[in-house]
Amino acid sequence: MAGIKAKAKQKGDLVQVKALMKHPMETGQRKDKEGNKIPAHHITEVTVSAGDKPMVTAHFGTAVSKNPYISLYLSGPQKGDTLQISWIDTSGETASTDVVVK
Amino acid sequence: MDTINKSRRSLLKGSLLATTLGISGIVELLTMGQAHAAWPKAAFDGESMADVMKELFNEESVPNVSDEVHLKAPDIAENGSVVPISVETSIPGVTRIVILVEENPSPMTASFDLSQNAAANVSTRIKMGSTSNVIAMVEAEGKIYAARKNVKVTIGGCGG
Repeated sequence: MAGIKAKAKQKGDLVQVKALMKHPMETGQRKDKEGNKIPAHHITEVTVSAGDKPMVTAHFGTAVSKNPYISLYLSGPQKGDTLQISWIDTSGETASTDVVVK
Repeated sequence: MDTINKSRRSLLKGSLLATTLGISGIVELLTMGQAHAAWPKAAFDGESMADVMKELFNEESVPNVSDEVHLKAPDIAENGSVVPISVETSIPGVTRIVILVEENPSPMTASFDLSQNAAANVSTRIKMGSTSNVIAMVEAEGKIYAARKNVKVTIGGCGG
């Protein structure tokens, strides 16, 4: 259903990782046209790893914007290395992508 | 000092546990701490800042603001559904950065667990239901540091 668009770029000693995740991030407070509550449905966890090593784990609640964006800075990964970015949501759906550091 | 020292308390707790649980219990607790695995449901469900502080840090209130934590947020957000937030600090040994919105139905918004390979510099975009203080908290070596900024919201981003 969904994807992750990611970029990783060497900036001096650090690598900047930017990721845009496609997700509705429903708060559970909105109502549809019939007045029924739309159930909460949001990403709970985003992980950025290098090899098997987790670099950052982010936990999201309902108040992260629709199609969440994150920017992070890592030390260690070098130009040409591959990073993995993945998320899981409240329905257990997941998405992941690999990004090569440029 | 603008910080809260938690290390003494955790040390006390640690020694108490050591006597009650024995070595295996301690090892288990330590690994839990390192993994930061579970989504902190109770903190995200908290409906006030006091709830969240208790669940996250076992503290009563937000610590005093520290000059060392830089919270970047707009003065006025015309659209509360997309408010860009950046948190950055030069404090060493940061293990966690938390973003909260005081007036949202659930203040806890996002939390970033940082490994030693991650710099204390994160950005994201958040939803704000109304004008509110945005609070950033940084945890480093058992201490909590905070920054606060008021963001005026013209059109809220949470209702429906």
